Amino acid sequence: MEPIGYGRRSAERLDATFTALADPTRRAILARLASGEASVLELALPFAMSQPAISKHLKVLERAGLISRSRDAQRRPCRLETKPLTEASGWLARYRERWEGNFARLDALLGEFQNDAKHSKRATRQKR
Amino acid sequence: MMSAQAKPELAIATPSDREIVMTRVVRAPRTLVFDAFTKPELIKRWLLGPDGWSMPVCDVDLRVGGTFHYVWRNDSDGKEFGLHGVYREATPHERVVHAENFDQSWYPCDVIVTTAFAERVGSTTVTMAQLFDSREGRDAAIESGMEKGVAASFDRLEEILA
Repeated sequence: MEPIGYGRRSAERLDATFTALADPTRRAILARLASGEASVLELALPFAMSQPAISKHLKVLERAGLISRSRDAQRRPCRLETKPLTEASGWLARYRERWEGNFARLDALLGEFQNDAKHSKRATRQKR
Repeated sequence: MMSAQAKPELAIATPSDREIVMTRVVRAPRTLVFDAFTKPELIKRWLLGPDGWSMPVCDVDLRVGGTFHYVWRNDSDGKEFGLHGVYREATPHERVVHAENFDQSWYPCDVIVTTAFAERVGSTTVTMAQLFDSREGRDAAIESGMEKGVAASFDRLEEILA
């Protein structure tokens, strides 16, 4: 069984992923599912929310391809689909890598300046 | 001692599908950090992306309505790509807002970049917020630049233009 999200273009899928991840309840649901599958009832328990409200969140997560729900079992347990999450973190990882490199070079550059400034201050003091 | 402290962390958030917000503490006074972000001779020394790239063109006219133009070159194959933009706000040592776009954009998208500098006990917190005019633009920008993705896109572009 393939989650709905998988067929779409990668950009759209990433978009759906980030939209789904923007909500704290949905992130908490994903965190719960990371430790194993659960039914809607089980997922609703820790939240002060009705089952329909939780179901709404589950639909968003399902559309983003972040979770899948079993069609056959009576309790229709939800489980985590890890592929979209990996994709989203890969996207951010590349961005992060680029900027971490930039900032590391910036640190080195500014460190140089501050050392130079200290040295020239010391030199001025020694002259006096 | 700077070396004894933990490396500052780079925080990246995506508050919406059209935004990327990046925050990083830099251990230097903000006048110095601001210079590093706005003076060509300094920008060229760090705003480079992965190793193996240099910045042969870095023109900056920092005033409202002034423009900038950056060109990066891959030192191994000579491939270049550029980024240009217009300043919308330039408050010395505090805030710069500009609109930017890639020179050879296969997906034209204006990006509004706000860079803010806040100093606290000798360290400067730099916040860069990028607002894209569309989700496609954001994805194109992320997949672009000096990444493999852009090299591939340029190859595609060359094929189209040939």
